[in-house]
Amino acid sequence: MGLGGFLGSVWQVELVRMVVLAAVVFTFLAVGGPLFLVLAERKISAWIQARVGPKHVGPHGLLQTVADTLKLLYKENIVPHRADVVLFSVAPVLVAVAALLDWVVIPFAPGWVVRDLNVGILYFAAVSSLTVIGIVTGGWASNNKYSLLGGLRSAAQMVSYELPLAFSLLLVATVTGTLSTVRIVEAQPYPAYLYPSVGVAAVVFLVAATAETNRIPFDLPEAEAELVAGYFSEYTPMRFALFQLGEYGSLLASSALFTTLFLGGWKGPFSLPWLGPVGNGLVWFLLKTYAVVFFLMWVRWTYPRFRIDQLLGLSWKVLLPVSMVNLLVAGGLVVIVR
Amino acid sequence: MNAEALAFYALAAMVLVGGALVVYSRNLVHAAVSLVPTLLGVAGLYVLLHAEFVTAIQILIYVGAITVLILFVILLTEGATGLRVRQRNEQVPLALGVCGALVVLLWVVLLRVPWGPAAGPLPPYNPGAVGRSFLMPYVLAFEVTSLVILASLVGAIVIARREE
Amino acid sequence: MIGLPHYLVLSSLLFGMGLYGVLTRRNAVAILMGIELMLNAANVNFVAFTKFVDPTFVRGHVAALVIITLAACEAAVGLALIINAYRHLETVNVDQVDLLKG
Repeated sequence: MGLGGFLGSVWQVELVRMVVLAAVVFTFLAVGGPLFLVLAERKISAWIQARVGPKHVGPHGLLQTVADTLKLLYKENIVPHRADVVLFSVAPVLVAVAALLDWVVIPFAPGWVVRDLNVGILYFAAVSSLTVIGIVTGGWASNNKYSLLGGLRSAAQMVSYELPLAFSLLLVATVTGTLSTVRIVEAQPYPAYLYPSVGVAAVVFLVAATAETNRIPFDLPEAEAELVAGYFSEYTPMRFALFQLGEYGSLLASSALFTTLFLGGWKGPFSLPWLGPVGNGLVWFLLKTYAVVFFLMWVRWTYPRFRIDQLLGLSWKVLLPVSMVNLLVAGGLVVIVR
Repeated sequence: MNAEALAFYALAAMVLVGGALVVYSRNLVHAAVSLVPTLLGVAGLYVLLHAEFVTAIQILIYVGAITVLILFVILLTEGATGLRVRQRNEQVPLALGVCGALVVLLWVVLLRVPWGPAAGPLPPYNPGAVGRSFLMPYVLAFEVTSLVILASLVGAIVIARREE
Repeated sequence: MIGLPHYLVLSSLLFGMGLYGVLTRRNAVAILMGIELMLNAANVNFVAFTKFVDPTFVRGHVAALVIITLAACEAAVGLALIINAYRHLETVNVDQVDLLKG
């Protein structure tokens, strides 16, 4: 289904449907998700570090994020002296919006996708690259040399890791013959001779996605000990919350895309009969996505962080050649077997 | 007014206002950031023209890479702090005249040509059609472009490197 | 209905704006931004022509993609040159780069 398919006399209905669908998806998954993820992160880090984590607010601390958000909303909004007010306000919005827009192509269940674009995964890569501009602008607009340095480093890191990420996506497109996320889910499981190539691509994707969302071990741009808080040191509550929404939202979106591309999306080995196909698909999809998120959080609290030159060296000297060779191998195998 | 017209005029407004900000802003960082709505508006126009692959590539490369590159260079050279420096040179009236004349000439020439109806429909799966075009009739363009990318990659690194 | 003339008018306006930017700005990076606007205007023309006039082999899309790629290469090399010039000449204003003047 192409992008221009809704021209016609019922466009008002279609527009309303798209807006409502987008609002529902954004509210429950892209906003509710990060709210839950912040709490999950604190609980998981506590478990790894042999302590308990938040437990006072609500049963087992489940309402902790709600309390944190309310606290953030009450704080005063400060704009730094002689900072660029327009850019300062626009930057977090850009980051948050870019992190939310890539949910448009993720299939949650059979038939449940906001829009099945026929350039699905390319659209995802394109929209994720929009966050870089928000980060650089936010770093500069804060009128603070640490923010600027953090912003530039983060932008360099994200731009460097877009390449291995794109190569992994390209490999999946080569193997399945389509760019549409729905058709990629339907084409799984992959034939067995492709498992090594796809496995390498999956590992590369995970590493690149971790670097793209500025998570440890790649979070030098926002490291507390190095750069205060990096490009968002000067941002008070509401705008800081938008940046965090962008960061956790893109973490969840990357995990969801990983599930769609490599773990089979909403397909599961067995299905509970009383839920029907949509319910089953949704359950499996959420299980897999949160498993990936748990894995990424586990990695975060286990490894120390990379230095900036090690970080960029890893991308250009290791991941990029590996992905290129992998793509050649996978392409060759596909051509030989067909 | 149907949906296509509404979308076209909204996107055209975004492109033209963004473009005006790019060439008129005294603050260079504002100019560079205004490239984003301009290029996104152009990407939206590609969607209206049923060119989905070009849209995705435009966003990925133009907005995601070239704009970032431009912002980097502005921040690394003195452009970001030169707010008191005069940003336009003394050729403004002449440039206005030349550009205005060129635009009017283009309108007169282009709008008089009878372009005729389309020679056929667009292929349904855009990425596949583009891929096939690059591999069969236009493979030379594809290969030459890759060589140009290689040359400019090496060249940019060599030129921008600090001599030690 | 939106037809070819609408897109042609839009792209020529965009081209004119880009040309104005190239002719009147003093900062080298700003001139580069004007060049990008002109290239985008040309791309809009190519893609519009391939939809309204001749879609065989989607030639217009191929041309637009080649132009986008070449614009990226040109921006990279041009910006590298600007950085190098800034290091040696301490300025990025093109009217102050006059070492070759007699």
